[in-house]
Amino acid sequence: MISRIYVMPKDKGTRADSYLIDSKLSLKELTKLANALTNPILEKYYINEPLKVGNFSYAIEIGYKPGVTDNVSHTVKEIATDLLNLKKHTDFQVYTSKILFTSGNKERTEKFALELYNPLIERANIAQIKNGKINFPNKAPKVILEKRKLVVKVPLNVSDEELIKIGTLGIKEGNIRRGPLALDLASMHAIKEYFAKLKRTPTDIELEALAQTWSEHCKHTIFANQIDDIQEGLYKTYIKGATNLIRKQKRERGQQDFCVSVFSDNSGGIIFDKDFLITHKVETHNSPSFLDPFGGAITGIVGVNRDTIGFGLGAKPVANTYGFCFGEPDEKRHLYLDKEQKQKMLLPKRIMDGVIKGINVGGNCSGIPTISGFVKFDERYRGRPLVFAGTVGLIPKKIGARLSHEKKAKPRDCVVIIGGRTGADGIHGATFSSVATDFNSPATAVQIGDPITQKKLSDAIIKEARDMNLYNSITDIGGGGMSSSVAEMAKESGGVKVDLEKVPLKYPGLRPWEIWISESQERMTLAVPKNKIKKLFKLLESREVEATVVGEFTNSGKCVLYYKGKKIMDMDMEFLHNGLPKHHLRTSPPPALADLPLSLARRGARGEVYTKDLENLLGSKNLNGFSFISEQYDHEVQGSSVLKPLSGPGRINTDAQVFRPVLNSNKGVVLSSALYPSYGDISTYDMAACALDTTVRNAVASGGTLSHLAILDNFCWCSSYDKTRLYQLVEAVKACYDYAVGYGTPFISGKDSMFNDFKGYDEKGNPVAISIPPTLLISAIGVVSDFYKVVSPEFKNAGDIIYLLGETHDELGASEYYKMLGEIENNPAPEQARYGASVPKVNLEKNLKTYLALEKAIQKELLNSSLSVTSGGFGIALAKACVGGMLGCKINVESMSAGSNSAMVKLFSESQGRVLVSVPPKNTREFEKIFKDISNARLGTVSKDNKFIITEDNKKIVDSSVKKLYDIYHKFSNSMQ
Amino acid sequence: MKNKKPKIIIMSGYGLNCEEETKFAFDWAGGNADIIHINDLIAKPKMLKEYQILVFPGGFAYGDDTGSGKAYANKFKNHLLKELCEFLSRDTLVIGICNGFQIITNLEIVPGALTYNKNGKFIDRWLDLETRNSTSPWLKGIKKISIPITHGEGRYITNPKEYKTLKKNEQIAFLYAKGDIYKFQNLEHNPNGSQYDIAGVLAYNGRVLGMMPHPEKAIFAHQSPLWYKNKKVSKEGQGLQIFKNGVNYFKDR
Repeated sequence: MISRIYVMPKDKGTRADSYLIDSKLSLKELTKLANALTNPILEKYYINEPLKVGNFSYAIEIGYKPGVTDNVSHTVKEIATDLLNLKKHTDFQVYTSKILFTSGNKERTEKFALELYNPLIERANIAQIKNGKINFPNKAPKVILEKRKLVVKVPLNVSDEELIKIGTLGIKEGNIRRGPLALDLASMHAIKEYFAKLKRTPTDIELEALAQTWSEHCKHTIFANQIDDIQEGLYKTYIKGATNLIRKQKRERGQQDFCVSVFSDNSGGIIFDKDFLITHKVETHNSPSFLDPFGGAITGIVGVNRDTIGFGLGAKPVANTYGFCFGEPDEKRHLYLDKEQKQKMLLPKRIMDGVIKGINVGGNCSGIPTISGFVKFDERYRGRPLVFAGTVGLIPKKIGARLSHEKKAKPRDCVVIIGGRTGADGIHGATFSSVATDFNSPATAVQIGDPITQKKLSDAIIKEARDMNLYNSITDIGGGGMSSSVAEMAKESGGVKVDLEKVPLKYPGLRPWEIWISESQERMTLAVPKNKIKKLFKLLESREVEATVVGEFTNSGKCVLYYKGKKIMDMDMEFLHNGLPKHHLRTSPPPALADLPLSLARRGARGEVYTKDLENLLGSKNLNGFSFISEQYDHEVQGSSVLKPLSGPGRINTDAQVFRPVLNSNKGVVLSSALYPSYGDISTYDMAACALDTTVRNAVASGGTLSHLAILDNFCWCSSYDKTRLYQLVEAVKACYDYAVGYGTPFISGKDSMFNDFKGYDEKGNPVAISIPPTLLISAIGVVSDFYKVVSPEFKNAGDIIYLLGETHDELGASEYYKMLGEIENNPAPEQARYGASVPKVNLEKNLKTYLALEKAIQKELLNSSLSVTSGGFGIALAKACVGGMLGCKINVESMSAGSNSAMVKLFSESQGRVLVSVPPKNTREFEKIFKDISNARLGTVSKDNKFIITEDNKKIVDSSVKKLYDIYHKFSNSMQ
Repeated sequence: MKNKKPKIIIMSGYGLNCEEETKFAFDWAGGNADIIHINDLIAKPKMLKEYQILVFPGGFAYGDDTGSGKAYANKFKNHLLKELCEFLSRDTLVIGICNGFQIITNLEIVPGALTYNKNGKFIDRWLDLETRNSTSPWLKGIKKISIPITHGEGRYITNPKEYKTLKKNEQIAFLYAKGDIYKFQNLEHNPNGSQYDIAGVLAYNGRVLGMMPHPEKAIFAHQSPLWYKNKKVSKEGQGLQIFKNGVNYFKDR
């Protein structure tokens, strides 16, 4: 029987919660449950009777579509089970929804409803309110899967044309295709040959498994294959190559090689102190966030948490990081997946709201501080937002007698799946993210994370089971589902066999191939010795974490799957993991760039515009504060914060953050990140160099040290089969190598997402293709030996002396300033020209000296503030330091070492290697001694008044006020509250 | 009892997540704190007799689904109501912080209720609290402190009649106030919109304290946003006093 409980606020409610309950509960039991769902001070409930509301005309009900993760329903089930003493497998289902009351007419209500729900995952009902009462039909959104053939064979003895179709559109079932395998013809041929040798026809699950294992998402083929004359491929040559060289150099120089576990595990791990390691991993979750922003983002953050829990024997997540690249929030042009315009894509603002909320719920509910992040805007992200999510972990070096970063599944260990159940969610997620978003993007590729199910799992593993030594190996179930996770772990033992019918399901009717590749969240794979099963399961049961033995690790060299006793997959591990044919990728350089348009170049001398320009520039969304995001992310939990996301009375966003993962240690962890997507329009080599330089500089400027700093790369590229895009990729990767080696900062982990392209239709039904600009995020993690010496970026005291470290050159190309001018003057020139051609270059030798000297000055506690100069240049950096401290400044820029004496260059060039510091007068002598041979300029003083004055040649070139700049800086954030 | 460390039980499980730093605070203050999963307490309810202080720490029990604190409180009530009453009948202390406060309002051992912040959003921010209470053991020696809030459902709800009672019985523990942090960053002093500025309440003669702000995240001076302005201060933060008070209540006699 289906019953409905409504719970609504007692006074002036405009909303209600609804719980549809499919059960055999009596009214007495339902009443007991309704009481438990209601706070009598705030709310009242109705059971199986119309909801009584005030003076409204319509009600909108929004609930999930069948099969979409409904976290609240889980909780209600747990409440009911506990409250009513229900047996474990009692027939009891809950479907929750939210109800909103409106006063508009039907048309307006329908339009309003469209703003509230995402038809991909949610359903909306609208009901008229009659006599102050509403009653929605009690229809439960149950998953009913039609009976289908469990396993089908897929003959490959077919034309190439059909093989291509199987590869790109999926296995044919009746008249429809299942969705992309993302296997190219060469791969299909390799598979065909393999099964021809075995003299049998492959099953669907075998093909699906190969597609997952060989996907770009899992194999990173573009980084692995030979490209031009780089035989070993980009990853081995330049990324891992840099790390190997740095480690060797460090050992030769007698410095500490702090790398412990790099590239081999779910996260990268480095030494924290004598007792602990810290780990870091940054993921992207772009395509799911485009379709379902909230679900995509929460799955991203909760998923990367599992990369921490899955590091070594299980690290504790101690910090989250995020990064967002969105289209312009005021974008009004809709995009459609199909020509008929039935599938309307979400606008950037909607995507932004959903993504921000997803990281909010994922991080806050998990009790992990979200301390480090950024947001960038560029209209080219409107067809695919970028959502970066990272997690830092902490793990003791040793667990008992074992080194914590080593793990190995042994033959005869049980394959144990723990955590959430398996459903149809996320099927073809990994292959989907390996192709561009188009009409065939599967809706099931979307999932919603459940942070509480995962929190229970996480606590049980890293706070208990790990230290009780109850398993031999652990890994995350993420992209590719069990297919990737179990088969990957099977490499440790040399084989595996699994009985797929044993996998606990969310609802009946899933076929074996779906079970094997489903990307349902909150699951992990463990390898557990038989004699420890009982103890582990007892612990997990008492922590309400579901665990099931689904198979056994072997050393047979094979991955064998059964369903109800029938063998449905039998594949050599060697072919599964290494059978993917190698390609030789080729590149070709993009056309040369045009010069700067005259209208911009001429702008130089008009001094009086700089006040306005600086204020406008500070007001641009890419340079404005984003406290509305920082403040809704818990950054105090775990009690570890040292340098927070917001700093000073003026609450400026910090470029690096410091926290203290071990509460009785004075050591801290510094995090920073940087990216300059617009620089890539001119040169991806310089784009990468600047991102790396800035990340390193941000960390050092706050108190980090080059001697204990590691970095991570996240490449988000577009059209990666295009030779010029590949050329740009190679350039960027080479810069990564050059500067990582130069600074001695090894890469410890990375991730790529190579097809961030949208293909669809605009509002007129014309085909459109939008690619993101090639984007490289570099993140850094380092250890600060004494966090009490950490310096925050804002000015502290009037009278302190302001210095700019480093050199300023005429490098305004692709700068925020030129972008702004381009917009103001509505410059019709092509993109690259609009942005000028003189992109910042990184002078490694000079910057290295500056950074080492800066480290020294910070260790000696000579500075009162230190702010890395990044996007927007010196003018913006100065404004931020003043706003942060709510103090004025009096500056003379004559002594700034600019190659050109143009004030425009001094104020807005984004030359790298620069840091803005303030020094108390009593420390200036010692400070200047340290920087004797390093470019720096003594510019003026911090002032107590509200004035923000920059002069050159006795002329005021900028005359503003701190109060005004404060209002401008927080304008975007305030508009988002 | 003299000089013996009081035993403190800190509840965990189902998404509570501040138990570790809360334990750190109590241990540092001189107590002896254990983190106990609610299911372990349900399995051995007599365990509660060994403790002097019961703590419901912050977190997101059950993801705040169906309303913050409800589900955890229900579970506690279903299995441990008798033991809780027994615990409260002894000369013991209870503290509920943030989600723990939400839980103990749902357990109905402190008055009032907590609901969504007035802007509907989660807020992480430092602010100032003041207390005018002079009788609660938890608040000894405290007048004004600055500590952070991190919550989505922290708006305290009561009614005029109840408020009068709260005032009369000295049951208001903390008010959101204008102090050092307010002067520093000049933001609303009561950002969640709590009625009568109430940030924390007391019951059982001041032995039970429920509060939304997090004293356990303000036990070190460096945790305060004011620290960078003047680092030359004692290493202790203003929140620590609450934990010291809890521990000293048992040590002092």
